[in-house]
Amino acid sequence: MKSLEELKQIREKMQNKVILREGSAEKRIVVGMATCGIAAGARPVLNTFVEEIAKRNLTGTVEVGQTGCIGMCRFEPIVEVFEGDKRVTYIYVNPDKAREIVEKHIVGGEPIVEYTIGAAEK
Amino acid sequence: MKELSLNILDIAQNSIHADASLVRILLDETDESLELSIIDDGKGMSEEFVSRVTDPFSTTRTTRKVGMGLPLLKLAAEQTGGHMTISSRERAVYPDDHGTVVTAFFYKNHLDFTPLGDVVSTVVSLVQGSPDVDFLFRHTFPNHTVELDTREIREVLGEEVPLSSPDVLVWIRETLTEQYEGTAGEDE
Repeated sequence: MKSLEELKQIREKMQNKVILREGSAEKRIVVGMATCGIAAGARPVLNTFVEEIAKRNLTGTVEVGQTGCIGMCRFEPIVEVFEGDKRVTYIYVNPDKAREIVEKHIVGGEPIVEYTIGAAEK
Repeated sequence: MKELSLNILDIAQNSIHADASLVRILLDETDESLELSIIDDGKGMSEEFVSRVTDPFSTTRTTRKVGMGLPLLKLAAEQTGGHMTISSRERAVYPDDHGTVVTAFFYKNHLDFTPLGDVVSTVVSLVQGSPDVDFLFRHTFPNHTVELDTREIREVLGEEVPLSSPDVLVWIRETLTEQYEGTAGEDE
C-alpha cells in the first residue's frame, strides 16, 4: 500500500505554495456530471481535464469543476469553459477533444469553434 | 450505463446533494454475486418519497421532471435476477440519526450482468467534485479488501490542503490501483 508518508510529503510541498481559493482561477472548466452526462461518457472527460491541468502545472490558474444536468442531455458530454464573463459551451466531448480544448483554448486562448454548441445548431 | 461503476458515481451524487458529510460505498463480492451498498448521513427522504423514488418520473432535479439514476441501478440489478432496496430516515423526523441506504444485489454470472468497470475513476471523480465530503470506499473479496477512507487522508493533510489537489488525486488513484493489483495476484 502507498504510504501515508507520501501524503505528508504532498502536504509539505503544498504548504509552500499559495493554495488556490475557489473562484480565484482565471479560467474554469465545468463538466456536466448528472445521469445523462455520466452515461454519455463524462467521467473519462473529467479525469482527462484534471490530468491535463495537473500535467501542465495550470492548477493555480485553471479550476476544474462538476455540475448537474443543464437540460440539454442530447448533447452530453457537455463542457463549459468560463473566463471572466465569457462562456464557451462544448458538446459531445471525449478525452481526445478534452486534450485539444486544453491545448488550443485553455493554453492557446482560441476556442475551438467546431466543437461548440453554436456550430452544431447551425 | 456501460459500467456499474458509473451507476455508483451517479447514485453517490444523490448522497452529496442530500448534504451528506460521509458517504460509504461498500462492495461485497463473491464468485457468484456482488452486493453494492451506498450509505450516507444526508438529509434522507420521506417515506412517501422513498415509495415512488424508483419511478423515473420522481426527481429532485429542477431542470426537468425525470430522474433516471435509481431506476437505471434497479434495472441493472434486476436484469441479473437480483434486486435493489432503499431505506431512508428523514432528518426532519430523525434529527440525530438520518440518511439513506441504497443496496443493490447482482448475480455476476448472469448474461446481463454489467461489469463493475473502472471503480477507481469513480472514487477519484467523487473526491474531485466534492473535496469537503468524506468517502469510505471498501471492496471486499473472499480473501482481500481494497479500502480508502478520506477521513484518514484529511487527517494527514490538515485543513490547508484540499483533497481535490492534483497530487492528492494521483495518490488516491495509485493507492487504490495498487490494492487492486494485489487482489489480482491472489487469484492466480
